[in-house]
Amino acid sequence: MKISAFWICIAVIFLGGLAFTEVATNEYYFTALYVILQATIMAIAWNILGGFTGYVNFGSAAFFAVGAYTAIALDKALGLPLPLLIVAAAVVCGLIGLGVGYLTLRLKGVYFAIATLAMAIVLETLVTNWTYVGGARGAYILTPENHLWFDSYIQMLFMLMLVLTLGSVAISRKLNSSRLGRGLAAIRDDEVAAECAGVPTLRLKLISTTVMGAMMGVAGAPYPFFVTFVDPVSAFNLFVAVNAIAMPMIGGTAHWIGPVIGALLVGSMQEIITVNVSSELNVLIVGVMLVLFISLAPQGIVGLVQKHVLRRRR
Amino acid sequence: MSSAVLQVTGLTKRFGGFVALQGIDLHLSSGERLGLIGPNGSGKTTLINCVSGALYNDEGTIVFENEDITRTPPHQRARLGLARSFQIPKPFHSMTVLENLRVPLEYAAWSRSEHRHIVDEAMAVLEMIGLKHRANVNSAALTQVEMRKLELARALAAKPRLLVSDEAMAGLSGSEVDEILEILLALNARGVAVIMIEHVMRAVMKFSERIVVLVAGRKIADGDPQAVVANEEVIKAYLGE
Repeated sequence: MKISAFWICIAVIFLGGLAFTEVATNEYYFTALYVILQATIMAIAWNILGGFTGYVNFGSAAFFAVGAYTAIALDKALGLPLPLLIVAAAVVCGLIGLGVGYLTLRLKGVYFAIATLAMAIVLETLVTNWTYVGGARGAYILTPENHLWFDSYIQMLFMLMLVLTLGSVAISRKLNSSRLGRGLAAIRDDEVAAECAGVPTLRLKLISTTVMGAMMGVAGAPYPFFVTFVDPVSAFNLFVAVNAIAMPMIGGTAHWIGPVIGALLVGSMQEIITVNVSSELNVLIVGVMLVLFISLAPQGIVGLVQKHVLRRRR
Repeated sequence: MSSAVLQVTGLTKRFGGFVALQGIDLHLSSGERLGLIGPNGSGKTTLINCVSGALYNDEGTIVFENEDITRTPPHQRARLGLARSFQIPKPFHSMTVLENLRVPLEYAAWSRSEHRHIVDEAMAVLEMIGLKHRANVNSAALTQVEMRKLELARALAAKPRLLVSDEAMAGLSGSEVDEILEILLALNARGVAVIMIEHVMRAVMKFSERIVVLVAGRKIADGDPQAVVANEEVIKAYLGE
């Protein structure tokens, strides 16, 4: 059987990650990479609805936070292991995605975006008033003792996040190039024409919001164990939502690789600037990059490359 | 007479207080070619929107091939074999011409498609419509005529039993009108019933076996083309008194 270059790349990156945990000694690298990978999953997830289907979601932080708080609540109540917490977060956030989709997908464009923003605020208010998970004071999570065969817990979290990211990439790629993906693209291009071409638009949009929600929940579930302290303000941070939008926009939204490129580029720049210059400046960087890309290269980096390749061929 | 592919009975559609269509009856036999004409604003496109499911009618029933589709969502009507083209072309602009055809083949006609040969089937449609050489061009880069053809091609790719062509020829030159006409006739020769909405009378007269005239939401004539255009009420509606 022929194994495609894509799966070879996935395997190489996975093995590279494993090797890195053996070689690197400075724990900062794992922390930084964890943050970048988390942003990558968020960007990929946002792009499934925003890029493939054409519905702009401003409420990404809510899905992320609900993922994190699902993990906190179930950890406190049942003491479940991390993999199960991630599955639970995926289910909860997938259902929220489905529900939000059902309630709001009749709205278009700006109205849909505002509805998702409102949903984020509603959920934040609920969590702020839910004392079981700490309410406005926040919740402390003790780092578990067990970190398998890795040298430290953060190394294990890094590998976990790497696996989750690779999984998200595979799902997103599959969605992008399948029959389902063409249906989603048809909805993005023209919903009425899509419906008349036999595309069950409502069902496909619900699949899209559900997958997006579940994926964002997955990105959020390990977060409490990474930071050990979570409060509503940090989990529902608008910056999470802005990053989730900016990264695919900068990378290119139409292709599955776009959000990955965008997240790796912007994410690593943010880390470099936070460490070397100042942590305030990194917010500015995202803003400036977003403005530059939207005005100069609205199709993102992938769009630029495609244009260049097409010009060469001619 | 062959069996009915479409039977519309007592169809009424209101927008608020405005009655766009009032008690329309429309019968279409399998494989028939029907011309639907009427002055601007007479309700032709509204009727088509009701038939294709883009709008739901307030009263009346729509039966397609013996199945009541009055409340069926548009994508399911497309799956049953009811295809339409749009007056203003609505190509999937991020896709190539070929990919545009894959959508109806993979959705509307999925149960009737050879899943392994979707690309071949799409190419066959493009060949028939004369867009084969543009298969891998992005659909946003097409000329106006080509976009009209793509509209029709996409409707054809849905493998319809009934095709509704909504002003596919508006604004085209004489030879371009003939091209589109030829495509529609070739399609009809394969047993597909066609409703043609058109203002280009030359094309309507050449194409239609029967003509229906709508004026201000009512059907005022239905019958043989020559008889219909000689009908006094029709002349009055178009030219005034």
